[in-house]
Amino acid sequence: MKRVTEKTFSQSFSIVGREFFDAGKVSTEIKTMLKELGVDAGIIRRIAIAMYEAEMNVVMYATEATVTLELSPKAIRIVVDDRGPGIPDVELAMQEGYSTATTEMREMGFGAGMGLPNIKKNADHFRIDSVVGKGTRLEISISMN
Amino acid sequence: MKLKDVVERLHLSVLTGQDRLDQVVTGGYASDLLSDVIANSRPNSVWVTMHIHENIVAVAVLKDLAGIIIVQGRQPAPETLQKAAKEKVVIMVSDLPAFETIGKLSPLFEGGT
Repeated sequence: MKRVTEKTFSQSFSIVGREFFDAGKVSTEIKTMLKELGVDAGIIRRIAIAMYEAEMNVVMYATEATVTLELSPKAIRIVVDDRGPGIPDVELAMQEGYSTATTEMREMGFGAGMGLPNIKKNADHFRIDSVVGKGTRLEISISMN
Repeated sequence: MKLKDVVERLHLSVLTGQDRLDQVVTGGYASDLLSDVIANSRPNSVWVTMHIHENIVAVAVLKDLAGIIIVQGRQPAPETLQKAAKEKVVIMVSDLPAFETIGKLSPLFEGGT
């Protein structure tokens, strides 16, 4: 088993938009990696929820995204930086139940309007910056304690 | 309770993960909203759903679910079965609708999960 040392461990992943078949792949990879690193199961569960929601947002709305995972003995930090339409009203998007999902997405069980609120609930630190026509940058961190 | 006992009691067809039926099941969760399942299901539970598309597999993997029970006799898409086999996710089918499936499942876990 690998151990988290004082040095920060970092890895990048790519998510491709509209690729529903592969959706959840990056979240699963991150979960497996954290498990191998011996991270607490409760923390992994929170990361898995937040990461899945973030990944699905990219798959549903964006063209592509880069995910950066940083691990230190103190915290896990994840940045999801996408190239996509952006969010015109972040405050509205943060409201539980609000969704812009299409009928097709809803038929697949998405569009509950729980994505961003679920991410926020599971993170100790949450920040979202979006520019319409360019993309959205989501940053979360979860403390190891 | 083991997954094979659930399969037997509910007369489920097991489509993938036949070698994983000895695992212990501690409860169940029923929902067709993936965000709800991701947020609220518990590890080692079986998930009752109508969905047959491939995205249900990642949800089961991420939440360490014991398996997925698809209701109403719906047959999963080939991609779903392919992915489930690869990820070692147990996919089962119930011929009953969700209400009856959950009705039979729920008493098996009464007295706590």
